[in-house]
Order: sequence, then C-alpha cells, then structure tokens
Amino acid sequence: MRVVIDEEKCCGYAACISVAERVFEIDADNIAVPLVERPEGELAEQARAAAEACPTDAILIEED
Amino acid sequence: MVPHEIVVAGASVAGVGVADELRRLGYEGRLILLNAEPHFPYDRPPLSKGLLTGTTPPERAALRKPGHYADRDIDLRTGVAATRLAPGPELALSTGEVLRPGAVVIATGARARTLAWTADGDLGAPPSVPTLRGLDDALRLRERLTAGARLAVIGGGFIGGEVAASARTLGAEVTLIEAAPVPLAGVLGEEPARALLRPHRDAGIRVLCGVPVTGVDRRTSRVVLANGHTVPADLVVAGLGAVPETGWLTGSGLDLDDGVRCDATGATALPGVYAAGDVAAWRDPRSGRHVRHEHWTRAREQAKAVAARILGTEPPAFGPAYFWSDQHGRRIQALGDTAGADTVRLVHGAFDAESWVALYGHAGRLTGAAGYNAAAALMRHRTAVTAGDPFPGACAPLAS
Repeated sequence: MRVVIDEEKCCGYAACISVAERVFEIDADNIAVPLVERPEGELAEQARAAAEACPTDAILIEED
Repeated sequence: MVPHEIVVAGASVAGVGVADELRRLGYEGRLILLNAEPHFPYDRPPLSKGLLTGTTPPERAALRKPGHYADRDIDLRTGVAATRLAPGPELALSTGEVLRPGAVVIATGARARTLAWTADGDLGAPPSVPTLRGLDDALRLRERLTAGARLAVIGGGFIGGEVAASARTLGAEVTLIEAAPVPLAGVLGEEPARALLRPHRDAGIRVLCGVPVTGVDRRTSRVVLANGHTVPADLVVAGLGAVPETGWLTGSGLDLDDGVRCDATGATALPGVYAAGDVAAWRDPRSGRHVRHEHWTRAREQAKAVAARILGTEPPAFGPAYFWSDQHGRRIQALGDTAGADTVRLVHGAFDAESWVALYGHAGRLTGAAGYNAAAALMRHRTAVTAGDPFPGACAPLAS
C-alpha cells in the first residue's frame, strides 16, 4: 500500500493525525505529509481510517 | 426495497454528498439532484474567506469538477427548487412538475438569520441589511469591498469574524459590532473567546462589544446602536447565524421544530422521506435530544449515513462534531461539544499567544476541545473526546 496526499485538496484539518499520528504529520505550510510512505500492518489500517476521516478526501490509498 | 427513483432536494455539501454516496454504494435507479440556486453546486467555506478576498476564483469553490454529475448519471437540475412535499412521497417542483419518487432527501440547508428590528422611525428593516450565505451574496459584497470602504459587520461570530478579517485584508475600514460582551464566549468560554478579539484589533478592526444594534439609518448611512452612538458605514453586513430552510415544508406533516425532525439515521416521520445537513435535526442517540448541526463535516457524515439507510447498508460511525474558522491567517478549530462546559483547561500554548489548545469538560467527562493555530496538537485529543474520557473538575491544576 502507498499513501499519497493530494496537496490541492488538503486543508490542514489534521483529522488524519487524530487516527494515525504515526503515519502523518502536518508541515509548516499546514499540509499533511506521510511519515511512512508504505505503511504495513497496524499502520496500514490506521492510514485507511485516516483516508476515511479526512474531511476533504485528500488522502489517497493506492493498494499494491 | 430499493427505491426506483430518489430525489435529493438541495445541492450543497449534504445533498451532493447523498447523491455521490448513493452511486458509490451501487444504486442504479434514477437519481435527481435539485439545486434551487442558478449555479453549479458550490462549497460555502470559501465564501467568507478566499472568495471574498479574491484568492479563490468562483470556479474553485465548486464542490465537484464539471462532468462529475453526468459521469455518475446524476440528473442535476440547476435553478429548480422543491416547492411542496406531501406524503407518498410526492414532491412538487418550481417548474410545475410533480414527482412521485421512492425516496426524498431534504437537504435544503439554512438561510441567514435577518435582524428583527422594531423599526424606529426610518431605520432600515430586514431584509435590507445584506447577509452572507450564498455565492451571490459573496460576489455582491466583494464587488463593493474596496480599499477605504467603511464596512460595519453586525455580529461577532465566526462568519462575522471571517468577513471582517477578509474585508480588512482588502483595505476596508472595518467595524465589528457584537451585542454580547464577548463574542463566541458561549461557544468557546470567555477567556479563549476574548483571546480571539486580539487579532481583529491588531489588524486594525474596530471592535465594539456589548452594544446591540437597533437599526441602520440609510439616510445618513449610519448603523445605530442601543447606546445612542452611531457607526458610519458605506456597507453593512449582518452575520447572525442561520435558520433552517423549512418554509416549503409547511403542511407536509413533518415536525419542523428548529429543523426537520429525524431519528438517529436521518429518517423523518413520513415514510420514504429523509433529511440531512443544516436543515435536519437528527436525534442524538447519547442525549436523546434532537440536534441541528451546521457543520460541514457533519453534513458530509449525515449524507453518507442517509444514503446507507435508504439502501439498507450499514451506516458509517460519526466522529465528534467538528468545525473550523480561518481569520487573519490563523485557524480556530473545535471538536465535540465546547459550549456548556463546566471546566475549561489550557493544555497547550497560552490564550494570549499565537497557538493554544483547550479541553472542555462537563460533569467530570471530556466533552470537547478547541485549538488556535494548533491543528495537529488539537487532533491528538479527538479519540479521547469521542470516548468522553474522565476529565477532572475545575480544581485540577492547569497542565503545562
């Protein structure tokens, strides 16, 4: 699995941090950045939950 | 049984969300999306921010890309309103057409509350004072907001604060007038709310608190205050909250006490009729009360849940209530229930600093959290807010 942030859509709500704080961080421009590009196991589950929680659908999960 | 035809009345976040989710869940029947406004479905958050300052062109405010609706076989009818609902359900449209779909989703949103002035002499009466709710409101205001224009904003809530900040960015001379001693104190608590006034003042906005407006004297172009003072203004905008758009539902048999009353899944008392978004008062399973939310994320969640309910699939769980406001390049965010807290505790930064997070508790439980320029720090509390973690009372020491 690969995690991609659509920077056009991301508005820095940080909802992803609330469910996957080990997978995402918010950078100085208030845009989410994946800490782990290819999360596995529990982190992969958290990344999927973050994509679901994102208010602007800015997290794209590309399954292998 | 899956309905042969579904009509969604209203094409803002909730309405578009319902239509999209129905298709995403595999619904193959006829799907009509009514948009009363003569525009493409658009998103409201930019209206008081980027669209007003000009950084967001109107087309960037579109909720979906052109072609989105046709690609999904969603029959988007622009400039067509639902005008009457009867059991069946039977839905009359502004075109004179009468539809008898298998399901109707009411997503007609809310309209801006207007001032109910008892006109003293020649004072302007509502709706002569403009409000900001739709794209046309924003475009009209933007046209008149020039450098040096004197703008009076009536109401110091989130919309009022955003409009004041945006107008100031454009060089307008702005006065923000609020009836309460501290705007937003009821939502965020007095100390955090007071801290939000500083950026307004730092930006050169004149802030008048604790002074109700009694009217607008259009002859002298002045806003008249209850204390006898007047504020000269070339432009006046009122931001006083919103009321659900339920007028067209009178006589439908629906309970319309502050919004369309629904159960916890968005179903109304009429078979085949559902409601989502700002117009809907869903039953909160925790408190048993009917609550109308005016938040963007809640509208989206309700849209997904209603689509699931109509098709008989498992609805997704809701996160805590959530909203944000962008003013002066800073972001205020809140999670859960911050109003009515008996305890407010600062857990990050300081209220007079550039960044802070506060937690809100009621009866020993964590009910909400709010943050200022602290998205990531705030969101770390989301799980605890959702769970309603134990929250020590007011005597607990402040965390650093």
